[in-house]
Amino acid sequence: MSNIPKNLRYTPSHEWVKQDDDVLTIGITDHAQCMLGDLVYVELPEVDSQFQHGQECAVVESVKAAADIYCPIGGEVIEVNEAALGNPQLINEDPYGKGWLFRLRPFETPATILLNAEEYSKQVASEAH
Amino acid sequence: MSNKNKKSPIIFELSQPGRIAKSLQPHIADNIDLPTHTLRQTAPLLPEISELQAVRHFTRLSQRNFSIDTQFYPLGSCTMKYNPRGVHRLASLEGFLQHHPLSLEEDSQGFMACAYELQEILKEITGMHAVSLTPMAGAQGEFAGVAMIRAYHQAKGDTARDEILVPDAAHGTNPASAVQCGFKVREIPTDAQGNVNIQELQKAVGPKTAGIMLTNPSTLGVFEKNILDIALIIHQCGGLLYYDGANFNAIIGKIRPSDMGFDVMHLNLHKTFATPHGGGGPGAGPVAVNARLAPYLPIPMVAKENQHYRWLTEQDRPQTIGRLSTFMGNAGIILRAYLYARLLGREGMQRVAEFATLNANYLLTRLKAAGFTAAFPQRRATHEFIITLKNEAKTLHITALDVAKRLLDYGFHSPTMYFPLLVPECLLIEPTETEAKETLDMFADTLIAIMKEAETQPELLKQAPHTLPVRRLDEVKAARELDLVYDVTRGA
Repeated sequence: MSNIPKNLRYTPSHEWVKQDDDVLTIGITDHAQCMLGDLVYVELPEVDSQFQHGQECAVVESVKAAADIYCPIGGEVIEVNEAALGNPQLINEDPYGKGWLFRLRPFETPATILLNAEEYSKQVASEAH
Repeated sequence: MSNKNKKSPIIFELSQPGRIAKSLQPHIADNIDLPTHTLRQTAPLLPEISELQAVRHFTRLSQRNFSIDTQFYPLGSCTMKYNPRGVHRLASLEGFLQHHPLSLEEDSQGFMACAYELQEILKEITGMHAVSLTPMAGAQGEFAGVAMIRAYHQAKGDTARDEILVPDAAHGTNPASAVQCGFKVREIPTDAQGNVNIQELQKAVGPKTAGIMLTNPSTLGVFEKNILDIALIIHQCGGLLYYDGANFNAIIGKIRPSDMGFDVMHLNLHKTFATPHGGGGPGAGPVAVNARLAPYLPIPMVAKENQHYRWLTEQDRPQTIGRLSTFMGNAGIILRAYLYARLLGREGMQRVAEFATLNANYLLTRLKAAGFTAAFPQRRATHEFIITLKNEAKTLHITALDVAKRLLDYGFHSPTMYFPLLVPECLLIEPTETEAKETLDMFADTLIAIMKEAETQPELLKQAPHTLPVRRLDEVKAARELDLVYDVTRGA
């Protein structure tokens, strides 16, 4: 079973969201990195760019597949993880830590839209075909 | 062991300064009729080797070819069927082989007759109104098809339609072609039985829908049962249906895409019509359309007027989306496909679909009986099917990749793996109609033997292949540290 920390919020499309005051940090879940396999390429949004909830804002690519990252909350990008750009392996090794993707100043309240750890665990379990 | 397993040097590593193959050296004229600035000042960097070294080098490489002529090649979605020698012999007649594409029309009547008749045959088996043979690959056929959808809506002033719907199981080229033509892509999920989710489709269609791209049977190896409902939904909202001909081998001579409601499609001649492919081509992706899209077909096309064949150009077809190739597409492939179609005839084509389906179902049944898990166990296979190793991945810690690599040791090409993406640890297996029962049995026995190895000696799978010139390749390193150019200064 993959690691799903209790203190984070999640999307059905396997992004995680961490809230620190009015800034959100976003990445992909342990389950997502495991399904994709070794990542070889990452494309991140530009700082200051704005996205609506559910809009494609980044891409991660492994030897198996390329996957779009959907913006979990509408907001403005304030920082991206340059280290992950140069070394996508960080996302495999430490998806909730060094492998974060970008930080966002949200336009809306996150709590209403996102899943909690328990709900996300259920979704992962039901997807396991 | 033969020298097949030894690593051989690349040709630059054989190079010795001053060595030369004199008898084959081209004669360079004293007065070259080219502007001075276009002439190179330094000699090109070429390997310097003897004639015998060159012959040995390339002969050795050719002996390492893996091809349908040497081994079973069950690469799902690619239809690696036998390419009949008779077809190749006829297409190699001097008159075809030495014919120049700029020859006059009256000197090209033989080839043009073949192209015209192939257009007619493809109209007949697709049920479509008109055909253009010129796209040079499946993806170019898709591009042409989507460009025609766009041209059609634009001609009607219907410019708000900027979305193409694509099922999540689709070939990656479908969304790529749509984006290439300026459309946005909307993904439609698949239901548990492998069909398009109709409720989700209904939610997605609307005044922005330009069309939908589908292959039927789908990439999941099952027939899309709701195709008529899908066609109705799309047509009612003003969109068009695109048929991706990748899986046409399953239905050739049995049902026509036009009868399923499709408006436009491409055919992969290199798959269904048995022309050589793999290793990057050449392909041919003719497009077929119904009457409302016919004005937009790419040129050139061949017309027959009073027993004379004529190229159709912009003057004849002012609404054409234009040219996709300099001349007439991949002429040699078009010719082979025509000859293949003539060899088969109407009844032969029906047998293709029947035997392709029979072979796939036989193999699926044998593998299921041996304990393999079908992705859609309730569904009958079409011309191909999917095995998922998700259980084996959990219990034995082996992956589809490990099994695929171990198959190489036994002399089989791997099935397509990890596609479609929605089935975990999958192998997409397409035996084609040209394989004998003994080959299918041998392949099934081998897969069964490999699963036994997975239980008793899993390291055999983990480290496979063992018998090929190179061992397990580091795909991750290759992708992360892309290195495509050989540095000649690096030396031997």
